Amino acid sequence: MPSTYEPIATTTLGSSAASYTFTSIPQTYTDLILIAIPLATSNGQASYIRVGNGSIDSGSNYSMTALGGNGTSATSIRRTSATEYSVEYLPAADTTAKDIITVHFMSYSNTSVYKTFLSRSGNASYGTDTTVGLWRNTAAINQISVTSGAYATGSTFTLYGVKSA
Amino acid sequence: MTPILGIWASGITSSKQNSYESIATYSPSGVTTVTFSSIPATYQHLQLRMLTRTATSASDFIAIRFNGDSGSNYGFHYLYGNGSSAGAAASTPDTVIAWNIADGGDTANSFNACVFDILDYANTNKYKTARFLEGHDLNGSGIVELRSGAWRSTSAISSIEVFTFGPNFATGSSIALYGIKG
Repeated sequence: MPSTYEPIATTTLGSSAASYTFTSIPQTYTDLILIAIPLATSNGQASYIRVGNGSIDSGSNYSMTALGGNGTSATSIRRTSATEYSVEYLPAADTTAKDIITVHFMSYSNTSVYKTFLSRSGNASYGTDTTVGLWRNTAAINQISVTSGAYATGSTFTLYGVKSA
Repeated sequence: MTPILGIWASGITSSKQNSYESIATYSPSGVTTVTFSSIPATYQHLQLRMLTRTATSASDFIAIRFNGDSGSNYGFHYLYGNGSSAGAAASTPDTVIAWNIADGGDTANSFNACVFDILDYANTNKYKTARFLEGHDLNGSGIVELRSGAWRSTSAISSIEVFTFGPNFATGSSIALYGIKG
């Protein structure tokens, strides 16, 4: 059987940046998986995601539901009609402690469905959480932008494709 | 990254080539059940990746059984967040491993996403354990959950049944099974 879990693109920031964008994402996979390990230029920088087809959508078309734990209690929040998908709720990148974020973009090229995302993230300084996100658009995703406003040198972003039979 | 770390919900990046393989995929519509049969025992773990919704609001449950076993040999625990509170619950014993998905009465075109890992599925020395991350957001409602499930059988898993509690799967649903080599 063919390999079906393939790296599409990866980058390690050589200088600080507000965001990183994957463009020209192939439509040949079933799902996408993003693994981000960001470091920040200032403490407590949470990451956000925007997606699009041809251009990044910054409209109020995103929402999310989150479950998180900070070592003391578990909580849940929701954001509706937001201009970005809050991919993490409690964790965030620090200047010295990297954050770890995994995001699943399910059926990203299926033009019959709104796009649903699942994430897990953690940072020992803040906590751990999981989110489900929605982009209310049936367009295929061929661009993904990851933003915190303050990514530091050494932050890594890797996008994988999962191809079903 | 080692394969076992990688499948944890699920940043799989194995150093081995061809260690994550597609076994079969269904795009169910007009049916209530999808069955993966004759699953090869040649992998270390299995992973289901699902995007599902029921076609009507009659029920929003989806469930899994292994090897056609409908006995009370299953159980599951979960942590949930519904946007306003977090909690935990369980159902054991049970005749299925189940969870809620989006249904036909929910926001149009919205689906539940699930990544479902089945560990050591072919090992006949242990009961079978699954862990999964699933949820759906409907821009104002929804839920996200971390779940574990158990099948109290030492049999190797050779078939997996994924089914609703009555309604058909909605068009756009996708259920894909992958094998992960050790």
